[in-house]
Amino acid sequence: MLQLTQCEVISNIPVRVNYDLENMKTIIGKVVILGHQGVGKTSTCTRYVEKTFNRHISPTIGASFFISRIKVLDDYVKLQIWDTAGQERFKAMTPMFYRNAKAAFLMFDITSEASFNSMKNWVLELRRNVEQPMVLCVLGNKIDLAERRVVSRDEALAYSKTIGARYFEISAMRDQGIEIVFKFVAMELLRMSTKNSSATSLKVYNTENVNGVMASSSELEATDIGNEEIVNMSINSIAHGHTVPSRCC
Amino acid sequence: MSYLDVEPGAAGESLLLTTDTNATFDNQYMSSSLEEIKNEIEPSETEDSNNESISNVTTYEENSSPMSVDNEDHEDRIQDKKWALMDKHIFVLSLAGKPIYSRYGNEDKLAWLFGVMQTLVSFIQSNDDNLISISAGGINFVFSIKKPLILVAVSRKQESVQQLQNQLNYIYNQIASMLTTSKLIKIYEQRQNYDLRRLLTGVERLINHLLDFAEAEPAFLLGAVQCLSLSSSKRSNISSAIISSCSKIKNIVFAILLANNKLITLVRMKKYSLHPSDLHLIFNLVQSTESFKTVESWAPICLPRFDSSGFLYGYVSYLSEDCQACLLLLTVERDAFHTLKEAKQRIVEKLRRNNCLEAINESLAKPDVNCAESGFLEVRHYLYKSKSTAQFYQPSVSPPYNKYGQVLTDLYKRLHQGLHCSARPLKLFFERRANEAIFAWDTVGFELYIIFEPLVETGNVVAIITRLLNWMKEREDNLFHLQVPTF
Ligand SMILES: Nc1nc2c(ncn2[C@@H]2O[C@H](COP(=O)(O)OP(=O)(O)OP(=O)(O)O)[C@@H](O)[C@H]2O)c(=O)[nH]1
Ligand SMILES: [Mg+2]
Repeated sequence: MLQLTQCEVISNIPVRVNYDLENMKTIIGKVVILGHQGVGKTSTCTRYVEKTFNRHISPTIGASFFISRIKVLDDYVKLQIWDTAGQERFKAMTPMFYRNAKAAFLMFDITSEASFNSMKNWVLELRRNVEQPMVLCVLGNKIDLAERRVVSRDEALAYSKTIGARYFEISAMRDQGIEIVFKFVAMELLRMSTKNSSATSLKVYNTENVNGVMASSSELEATDIGNEEIVNMSINSIAHGHTVPSRCC
Repeated sequence: MSYLDVEPGAAGESLLLTTDTNATFDNQYMSSSLEEIKNEIEPSETEDSNNESISNVTTYEENSSPMSVDNEDHEDRIQDKKWALMDKHIFVLSLAGKPIYSRYGNEDKLAWLFGVMQTLVSFIQSNDDNLISISAGGINFVFSIKKPLILVAVSRKQESVQQLQNQLNYIYNQIASMLTTSKLIKIYEQRQNYDLRRLLTGVERLINHLLDFAEAEPAFLLGAVQCLSLSSSKRSNISSAIISSCSKIKNIVFAILLANNKLITLVRMKKYSLHPSDLHLIFNLVQSTESFKTVESWAPICLPRFDSSGFLYGYVSYLSEDCQACLLLLTVERDAFHTLKEAKQRIVEKLRRNNCLEAINESLAKPDVNCAESGFLEVRHYLYKSKSTAQFYQPSVSPPYNKYGQVLTDLYKRLHQGLHCSARPLKLFFERRANEAIFAWDTVGFELYIIFEPLVETGNVVAIITRLLNWMKEREDNLFHLQVPTF
């Protein structure tokens, strides 16, 4: 058995809530980013945190950690984000990053079918091993490469529904849709902490929460507006016959 | 011939392991260190991370071949010529002949060649013998069989078989450091035909870097490490900041602070020491991973000379935006990230308070003096290795070699070979060449390699060397890390 570090003991409570001097709530939650190597996990993080993009970024070794504080209405949400390595040899250590995580970004590259399938495997693994309720976000990255798209928006959206996840299309390179993703997770964590919904675990996360998540239509619009032209382009490219059956888990 | 009471950079106890890299590189792996450390503290917690993933090896069939085969035939032929003329090829294959790595070109297209190499090796082995090297047409073919892998170097360079073997060892260790040898062996026990490239995606980048790195850095040739010049009081301030910040944390095996391929300090668990070649792998990892600069990382690292059977977990982070030194805290605990992250913050605070960050920056900004600046007009460059501490010093490179680094590297390889060729190792080597006079000296305590101006008078050489040794002796506290800080 593994030893629990201080941090993990604390995070057995669904979401950690601290109050600072002005009685402003700060919610702390662990977030894990999973996905095949090269889908752009690190690029997305650096885009969000440092507002930069580096085409020659090196593959992640192990995992990287960073903290992001996001203000939602009158509260702060502090995300402790684990950007994991997609290379297969690091797979054995990934459980320690999703253990006790409150949210997971499941990322694939819209130009790679393999990365989409690999993401589904991550979902299976989470289902097998995660007990706590978890906010799931499926992220289709690299929508700037619309002409090379092989995973259609509809397919990804349909799949996301089946696992009770919210689907976002993003581009780390062009800085599209990324702010919204992080904001969304922050809001969901905030909601989890107030709703006291510790009973919902990943395994029964389906109907009720799908509706709950999908109903937050203000963000849905925002994403769509953010990506408008790209989304149209990609819909065109789907028209060229895309026949991958959507397998759900 | 003793000129000094004690040679520069010598110490009774050493920071680093000092087994002679070249003589005893093979099979001297300490393999039980990790178990020992774990058992000492919590006998029940020896969960082995390597075993877990072995069953997962087959999960992702879709991403099988990392390289795609898409070149045109015509292009291939042009490529072939260029390819064949490369200075140095390196190949790695499995015992069954499966391609794993080729420095140049696409392994899949070279399958035939890997087949030939495997056949050669197994043919000789079937006669109870071992293929070590073949020399033909000015090319050295060197084979190294390290179960379950075969490594091959094909070099047109002026390198000895021994030096090539040393490089192959480094490559094997680089692979082991990513997977552990126990996992390597287990994989092939389960499936002889396994395509290892799947587990090594991203590692070819490290191997490529290692090869270039080993080519350019005398550290690899010497089996030693260079330290960042720092006053000994600052260096010990830094070490104590690390020790006191980590005093309550169990199971940190090594804390390493480095910058610019030089060691600032190393703190270690009392019982365990670090081999220079393991440290070289860490340097290679840090240098080829840009992303360490911007975020904190948690990385599994196997140090093959320390314990090739398991991983240490490394908290890796640069000290701060205003000080580009990289800190690694290596532990046996998989879950210690947050503990070590806090320790790092304490370390940085202490270093800042003691002006140590400034001292590091100052030293990084100011290059080492070159020979002329330190008053050695007849000397162009030199390497000095203190054997008892496995550390070396070199002045900064000055003309003409700043533009012709390869020339300097080749000269040192030649000198090194003179002292270390197993058939007839020399103690003293002096050669007058068209463009320089070169000298090497192997004593009990040190190795010294000097490139002189071509017209240096032989009668002066001894006097110059004495002066040089004295010069280093006076500065040894700065140039070498002579303390042995432990947790
Ligand atoms: N065109 C395009 N390229 C991208 C985008 N995001 C990332 N990339 C590129 O994809 C490659 C891989 O990006 P990384 O961020 O390192 O991918 P990763 O998922 O972190 O990879 P691992 O750390 O190995 O798991 C890099 O060359 C990036 O420049 C994007 O939005 N558009
Ligand atoms: Mg990454």
